Amino acid sequence: MFYRGKEGEWSWILHRLTGIGVLLFLVAHIVDTVLIAWGPEVYNKVIALYRNPIFKLGEVGLFAAVLYHSLNGVRITVVDFWPSGTKYHKQMFYVVMTLFTIGMIPVSFLMLRH
Amino acid sequence: MKVELKIQRYNPETDAQPHFENYSVEAEPTDRVLDALLQVKGLLDGSLTLRKSCAHGICGSDGMRINGRNLLACKVLIRNLQQPIVVEPMKGFKIIKDLVVDMEAFFEKYRSVKPYLIQNEAAPQKERPQSPQERERFDDTTKCILCACCTTACPSFWSDPDYVGPAAIVQAHRFIQDSRDQGGEERLDILGDREGVWRCRTIFNCVEACPRDIDVTAAIGEVKRKLLFRKI
Ligand code: SF4
Ligand code: SF4
Ligand code: FES
Repeated sequence: MFYRGKEGEWSWILHRLTGIGVLLFLVAHIVDTVLIAWGPEVYNKVIALYRNPIFKLGEVGLFAAVLYHSLNGVRITVVDFWPSGTKYHKQMFYVVMTLFTIGMIPVSFLMLRH
Repeated sequence: MKVELKIQRYNPETDAQPHFENYSVEAEPTDRVLDALLQVKGLLDGSLTLRKSCAHGICGSDGMRINGRNLLACKVLIRNLQQPIVVEPMKGFKIIKDLVVDMEAFFEKYRSVKPYLIQNEAAPQKERPQSPQERERFDDTTKCILCACCTTACPSFWSDPDYVGPAAIVQAHRFIQDSRDQGGEERLDILGDREGVWRCRTIFNCVEACPRDIDVTAAIGEVKRKLLFRKI
């Protein structure tokens, strides 16, 4: 059975998932860039795949992952270096989630508009 | 009132896998989970195996997972829990039987941080004086009862059983911060190692779990900063 953690455990799980997500994107991105070695035709063909709406959503997801990972990264740094940080880690998690939501609304709108 | 319990059972001699059994007993809402467990053991099934001693939250014997979170069975009131109350052994240790786990490795790590006063100078005539401010610096970590609720709530420990774990760090902190002690450097060496404080990812499960309300992650953070800023 699962252990029922609270804010701290959730923030950590999200941090791991978004970290892996960004890493996977990076691998895919390196692979697609390397394709240029096979000539512009192959490269363009593969890059055209990215026009697919699925990838549009993926891009928003990528932005979300980077945004959460950076915001929570700042939170962890504060917890580590500010002696009272451990007392306010939950409040800071809610601040992270609020900033994340505020950031995601206009960005998703702009990215999905077309 | 009627209390429904769902208890994880495991007998190494007959069972291949742990499984759950349901029990129903009579208890007061203000009784503790330990009371209900002892009712089961006394009236329904004498083979139910668990550790307990003081029944007053001070010996640290009866840490277990209750409704998914580590708690002392003798401290949590039945009326504060959803029913059926799910009772499981602490996560990350080998189960010896039912709710009893093998804590040898846990105490091994406790010993590894040298949890005793280290002094190279001869003992003075009277006591070793300490100011209230000096005493305050490790007040929180003196409260630990070695129940292992923190360590077995820690995701870093589940994935790496060699991680020294929050409980041992709390115990080390208690001496590192003690002005009368001279073993701080040795302990920092141990905690600065691969399986030491850097395995902590500030997940705070330990803080949520500690029945003594110790700010475990704060203590770990102090040790981390000591390691980071110490002069070599
Ligand atoms: S704060 Fe550190 S020691 Fe405590 S549960 Fe989290 S990872 Fe484990
Ligand atoms: S720090 Fe708290 S949870 Fe951990 S062993 Fe000590 S009393 Fe138990
Ligand atoms: S029986 Fe001693 S702490 Fe619960």
